[in-house]
Amino acid sequence: MLSPIILVPAVLNGLLTGAVYALVALGLTLIYGVLHIINFAHGALLTCAMFAAFFAHRLLGLDPYLAALGLTPVFFCLGYGLQRFVIGPAAHGEDRNILLVTLGLAVVIENALLYAFRADTRTINLPYGFDVVEVGPAFLSVPRVIGFGVVIAVALALWLIMRFTDTGKAIRAVAREKLGAELSGIDVAHIYAVTFGLGTACLAIAACLLLPTYYVNPHAGNAFVLIAFTIVVLGGMGSVAGALLGGLIIGVVESLSGLYLGESLGQVGIFIIFILVLLFRPSGLFGERA
Amino acid sequence: MKSYASIAAVVALLACVPLLTASNVALNFMVVALLIALVGQGWNVLGGYGGQYSFGHAAFFGTGAYVTAILQVHYGLNAWLGLVIGIAAGALIGAITGALSFRSGLRGSYFALVTLAFAEVLRIVASVAPITGAGVGTLIKLDLRWETFQFQSRAPFYWIILAFVAASLVLVKLMEGSRFGAYLVAVRENEDAAKAVGIDVLRVKLAAMTLSAAITAAGGCFYAQYFLFLDAGIAYGPWISVEALLAPIIGGIGTVYGPLLGALVVKTLGEVTKLATGDAPGLDLVIYGCVLILVVAFAPQGIAGLLRRRA
Repeated sequence: MLSPIILVPAVLNGLLTGAVYALVALGLTLIYGVLHIINFAHGALLTCAMFAAFFAHRLLGLDPYLAALGLTPVFFCLGYGLQRFVIGPAAHGEDRNILLVTLGLAVVIENALLYAFRADTRTINLPYGFDVVEVGPAFLSVPRVIGFGVVIAVALALWLIMRFTDTGKAIRAVAREKLGAELSGIDVAHIYAVTFGLGTACLAIAACLLLPTYYVNPHAGNAFVLIAFTIVVLGGMGSVAGALLGGLIIGVVESLSGLYLGESLGQVGIFIIFILVLLFRPSGLFGERA
Repeated sequence: MKSYASIAAVVALLACVPLLTASNVALNFMVVALLIALVGQGWNVLGGYGGQYSFGHAAFFGTGAYVTAILQVHYGLNAWLGLVIGIAAGALIGAITGALSFRSGLRGSYFALVTLAFAEVLRIVASVAPITGAGVGTLIKLDLRWETFQFQSRAPFYWIILAFVAASLVLVKLMEGSRFGAYLVAVRENEDAAKAVGIDVLRVKLAAMTLSAAITAAGGCFYAQYFLFLDAGIAYGPWISVEALLAPIIGGIGTVYGPLLGALVVKTLGEVTKLATGDAPGLDLVIYGCVLILVVAFAPQGIAGLLRRRA
């Protein structure tokens, strides 16, 4: 057994990693909750956002945290446009088609990035990139602690939007009963696109939080996408609270299984949880019974 | 009987290709296109006729490929025997994953996700397990003999993969006309209604997935013999899962000729892109992705559907 001196930092670091996972998963679960589709382009869009944040720093000298302020609305519009003008019209309202269209988008985005930027891995250097803060027995990376705070704030903001704004109410109405919402005058195509936009905007923030400590290449987002699927399934498809908690759990699981099993097999632990949850409790921890 | 005659005609026509050209490039192109047609036909059985969209057919392709390769490299088994066992192993993985996911009632998005996850687990395991050569990969020793399923020229490979494709065409045609085929289409159109009229839905889906996996695994076995090299990213990578569904969807989902037609079109598109732009990584896949979206948007029945509408 390992002593608390090792265990506590591992758990704390897992929580910090898990927070960013949770934000990626939040976007995914939001889209699933309303459109009832799995967005297979989520990982590719995250990579896209990471490249955008990277070049904002490289070309404009923008700090990633500052860039987040600009990129979030840009990615909201990108997501809105994708759903409104590509996914929606192309899918003819059939779930199977939506799966294929988002898969097609993922292939297009990922390989367009590969074509444009080659497979090179890029990182940025920030003066605070390696700063640490001491918490009990653990040294925690400052950018990741900031990330944790931002994720909590974003989750709270999302909750407030969903709870108290008219758009939020409309989103919940469409998620609950599409036909009824349409009959009471809600523009369902618009709400779908807004939801997709919100989900994509989460990715822009996640990308900016990742960049100070992570690298970017055309496949970088893929590392997160299956983890995000796992979190969404674990937390219950469509549940915001589930995504948050699921993200933190998965972060800790990854950190601990990395500690006990080694880095490469640690990932298998996540997938096994994923398959087990899918097989035995597809509704997740917080999901409604299918 | 007419439809079997048409299969025979198409296969006979394709069989003449090596007589017309000795160019390695052209034959290589045709071999790869037919390989994708075979793998796609596997996907078509489950996805096209059964309506169960798998995003992880790499699991079966890779298992077929690795079993064939490992049996030869580590156990000195004959390649042809390895082929048979490889197909059986792929079918077994199909039956196991099918039993697990269909028993839990996974459909639609959930089914796509769980198949993707199974393929990823196998990829990660294969990338660290010593028996697959881990990071280095598995190399089958060069030994150009008929007995070892290795040939100097491409023509025998071409005829063998064509024979596989022909067998898959006949098999799917037989399935289309059989009771089982009718059950499968009924499950695709309305699972609850199919259950209500007394179809054993679970068994039908399971049989479809096993058959589908076996066909795709045959493609994997052939890949191993043709290229003589495998690593985790090739065998279990997402590329083959995408190719497997691209061919039937573009050619015409749930049709006998769809995968063959789709594979030829997709591979031709890929080659044309390469000619036009040089060997730029990624660009051919960008085109594939766009074609996939366009086909779903404007020709949901694929090329076969367009032709039928014309006729």
